[in-house]
Amino acid sequence: MKKVLAILLACMLVIPAFALTASAEDAAPKGSVYWLNFKPESDEALQAIAAKYTEETGVPVKVVTAASGTYSQTLTAEMDKSSAPTLFVVGNQAGVETWGDYCYDLTGTPVAEELNTDAYNLYDADGKLCSIGYSVEAFGIIANKELLEKAGHSLDEITNFETLKAVADDIHARAEELGFDAFTSSGMDDSSSWRFSGHLANLDLFYESRDAGGWTETPAEITGAYLENFKNLWDLYTTDTATDKSALATGGFDARDEFGTGKAAFYQNGSWEYAALTGSGENEYGMDPANLAMIPFYGGVEGEEEAGLNCGTENCWAVNAKASEDDIQATLDFMYWLVTDGSEDAVATFGLMPYTNAVAPDNTFLAQADQYTVDGKYVMTWAFNFTPNVDDWRAGVVSAMNQYDAGGDWAMVEAAFVQGWAQQYSAINE
Amino acid sequence: MKKKRSSASVSSNLIIRPIRRYCWLFLLPVVAAFAIGFVWPFIHGIYLSICKFTTTSDAKVIGFGNYLKALSDPTFLHSFWYTALFAVVSLVLINILAFAAAYLLTQNIRGTNIFRTVFFMPNLIGGIVLGYIWSMIFDGILMHFGTSIVLDSGLGFWGLIILMLWQQIGYMMIIYIAGLQAVPEDIIEASKIDGASKMQTLFRVTIPNVMPSITICTFLSLTNGFKLFDQNLALTGGNPIISTIENGVFTQIKSTEMLALNIYNTFYGQGSTARGTAQAKAVLFFILVAVIGIIQLRATRNKEVQQ
Repeated sequence: MKKVLAILLACMLVIPAFALTASAEDAAPKGSVYWLNFKPESDEALQAIAAKYTEETGVPVKVVTAASGTYSQTLTAEMDKSSAPTLFVVGNQAGVETWGDYCYDLTGTPVAEELNTDAYNLYDADGKLCSIGYSVEAFGIIANKELLEKAGHSLDEITNFETLKAVADDIHARAEELGFDAFTSSGMDDSSSWRFSGHLANLDLFYESRDAGGWTETPAEITGAYLENFKNLWDLYTTDTATDKSALATGGFDARDEFGTGKAAFYQNGSWEYAALTGSGENEYGMDPANLAMIPFYGGVEGEEEAGLNCGTENCWAVNAKASEDDIQATLDFMYWLVTDGSEDAVATFGLMPYTNAVAPDNTFLAQADQYTVDGKYVMTWAFNFTPNVDDWRAGVVSAMNQYDAGGDWAMVEAAFVQGWAQQYSAINE
Repeated sequence: MKKKRSSASVSSNLIIRPIRRYCWLFLLPVVAAFAIGFVWPFIHGIYLSICKFTTTSDAKVIGFGNYLKALSDPTFLHSFWYTALFAVVSLVLINILAFAAAYLLTQNIRGTNIFRTVFFMPNLIGGIVLGYIWSMIFDGILMHFGTSIVLDSGLGFWGLIILMLWQQIGYMMIIYIAGLQAVPEDIIEASKIDGASKMQTLFRVTIPNVMPSITICTFLSLTNGFKLFDQNLALTGGNPIISTIENGVFTQIKSTEMLALNIYNTFYGQGSTARGTAQAKAVLFFILVAVIGIIQLRATRNKEVQQ
């Protein structure tokens, strides 16, 4: 018996050694793709797409998805390996600072030539095209047209902050009689605070960037010139709602559910909500797409009648410059296929893909974003992609907003916004 | 007879020689695992602390600037003092309560074994799981008071202490029970005959005799307190952030962020320039824990009695 045990134990010591040599051997024959994906919700679709591509061309495509919220850790670990990802996500300027050395210059590649806009390109300080957008999203204030009509209003009335406030105030005042309120809850726990510290903050950041002629890299300082407008909307969200302001910090609300079940007429969020709001599956709300609309952030900025939705992306492809030539070529070919022949499947999971030959998505919000542009309104680009040390900066803004909601001074939010930005900037650029 | 023969055969050259010759083969797996899993990462870590890098295999030496940055980082200093406070409070409470539990459970109470098992069980659950479970328990209660464990730094501190007590007391208790059972009966009996009260017996006889257990328990709870990471990450994640403006200078500090979490947040939160800084912090952290551990061991060893 002891002998058997000893042999077993000895075997266990040896097994890892074999496992190591085995995994080192499975390098691809010639050119393969390893895509490190960062959206867990797209994983299933991407595995299918990868399999389809392999079937069509024989080129092996491996898709690995980082667990939710661990993309940065996973990328760091994977990039250290001998078989590192060839295709990965560098979604904002901070990502370019960190991973710029690993980005292959995409200028002039066939896939980059297919782009129908350069709005979503990210460049490093030397002008190298580090990453290109592959999935455009839009956010703003989602409105339930049916409820607005019930309250005797229509979407056409709303063209700026004043008119938005008038409609919201009226609905809030008659909430009991109507059976619904103006805005959904604005919870400040981790599951929801990013809608405000991230997306709503774009109201200030976009206009600041526009005043500066459009940021091309993270500015060392911001001025907070449009924070007043940010405050306008935030006060509106937290006043014209059924949720008590003091309860927001604790959170635990489900704003999507409030909107989906018709408890509120307005809901700040993005085009990615479309599936959940209109779908008929479990935890989906089966709303009629015809009743849904998305309006821009009206915060009282001069000329905002001409604003469109906040369109942009944090889904940007970068190709690993340190991969072998064969792998880089295989990856570029794969990307080209995704935005042309393979775009039907890709669009189904990514929504709008900003490429000339990609098919159009079936999403009311994205169609609307497009319509605003067609009507000659200006796109509010995602200036918040330039946020330095984004998680820390946002966490700081959230904590200051919580202090404000609890009766504190707005000056703290301003400081978290403006000085916090400068501090995070110097923390990463020293 | 048989015994004699076997002892003779063990020392015979026929057995000793092959053992001498092949001992490296038996040592190899452990030594290799230790070198790969500990020695190499440790040396590499020290090297990385003087580098600028994004991935660890691709680093550029830049000198000791990382250490300067680490030492001038206010969040690092805050987390140091916070960790020190936490370690001291948890050290005292864990050991007092664990000793008390051990003392009670060596008094021939009914169901002693069940209690010992139950008290030990929390130690078998991982820190992350514990952190999330306790955050649900705390928030479930605090919700009624309109607050949450991540909104109040005082609550965050005591929440962590409660969690650690719950997890660690059982483990330390087992060590103390072993120590208490090793106290020779005759000494206790002698003190009883000499007319010592129960208290006197405890403080003058029992405790000096379990000093080795106290040494090991205080060492473990002190270093555990300093190294705490999982529970901190899962329970509060460093929240709440406290913003202050003093003389026009704005500062934000993660009020419940301990050293290990601060290092982790520095590494992953702040872009590639901060990774070297985080590594430098980690080296400082190692030195700190090692020095404190050694001082503490020296101090308690001196009080141990020879039986």
